[in-house]
Amino acid sequence: MPLAELVRQVGARTLGVLQSFGRAALFFVDLLRALPAALRRFGLVVHQVHAIGNRSLLIILASGLAVGFVLALQMYYALARFGATESLGLIVNLALVRELGPVLTALLFAGRAGTSLTAEIGLMKAGEQLAAMEMMAVDPRERVLAPRLLAGIIAMPILATLFSAIGILGAWVVAVGLIGLDGGNFWTTMQVGVDVWDDVGNGLIKAFVFGILCTAVALYQGYQTDPTPEGVAHATTRTVVISSLAVLGMDFILTALMFSTS
Amino acid sequence: MGRRGIETLVGGFVLLGIVGLAFLSLQAANLTTYFGQGDTYVLQARFDNIGGLKTRAPVRSAGVNVGRVTSITLDPATFEGVVTLTVDARVRFPRDSIAKILTAGLLGDQYIGIDPGADEAVLQPGDRVAQTQGAVVLEDLIGRFLFDRAADGSTPAAPGGQP
Repeated sequence: MPLAELVRQVGARTLGVLQSFGRAALFFVDLLRALPAALRRFGLVVHQVHAIGNRSLLIILASGLAVGFVLALQMYYALARFGATESLGLIVNLALVRELGPVLTALLFAGRAGTSLTAEIGLMKAGEQLAAMEMMAVDPRERVLAPRLLAGIIAMPILATLFSAIGILGAWVVAVGLIGLDGGNFWTTMQVGVDVWDDVGNGLIKAFVFGILCTAVALYQGYQTDPTPEGVAHATTRTVVISSLAVLGMDFILTALMFSTS
Repeated sequence: MGRRGIETLVGGFVLLGIVGLAFLSLQAANLTTYFGQGDTYVLQARFDNIGGLKTRAPVRSAGVNVGRVTSITLDPATFEGVVTLTVDARVRFPRDSIAKILTAGLLGDQYIGIDPGADEAVLQPGDRVAQTQGAVVLEDLIGRFLFDRAADGSTPAAPGGQP
């Protein structure tokens, strides 16, 4: 009977999803257990920070600048209707530091660094390098995976901070240079209205959480991919999709927790 | 690229991040207000309505920032709002100063303004500012305006008069 078959399939799929959550969670716990070993071999972490962080710098800075430009322009048109254009600096700053900085950086990070991580680990698995390491009694989690997780956790907040900073500078160029608003006012409204701990600090916490999320998803997808070229390609796209959804969902939860008016 | 080259680049990356964070905190946020306070002392003021006053709101005299609001609580006995102020130690107010809750601009954030009195004795640390003026509540103002208009309208010399 097709209906019973349908119901059975739904049940099977649900159990499959739960199983994959469980496997991902266990994988993450294993990674955390391997972190102290990665800390001891800090040279590996530094190498990975270079691969993940430094290499992403160009796209993050360029995107930050562009987002700053566009934010200033769009907010100006909206604020000019209410005669509130002197708040432009404040609004751009809050939008970037609280939301756009961490979230956009995480999405770009997932696209650039996440896919490269997944592809690298996936190809290692397909080329049986991970299995070879295990045979030599080298734990691939300590040697390969944990340094990359640590590097992602270090790099993401730095990238998010740089995104916000250069976005604000870009907004300044447009607002003061192009549109002609008052420069002193631009910075003063920010200095009065943006709180270091509540706004900048919470943005950093978000970036930290997103860093863990994106890197862990990328590593997991690489680790459990089918060891075929098709499997690696599939895992790479899955990294981007799952990271992006997770980041956006987590952003909602974190925003509700952090910025609820109480 | 050699090992040292990579380490230098990563060091540069981290330093760039720290510079960015410093820029965000100092130039684009209020970190400087947490330091450079110097010596301060504490005053207390009671209001019957604090309106929209929040902690960390500024305390100003003649429009100049001289302190911050550090806490706002309700006295359960008298039902007054008890506001604790931290004021710069270089400024001492006379004992008959008035503390008012004012609004910056028309719809801006509220702050505490202190009008100095004429007494020679000054408020000591921990003292209570005796005279206060609570916040203007928009609804009360509108209510009073309507009531006044109604009172005017019922007198015979109404403007716009009878034909």
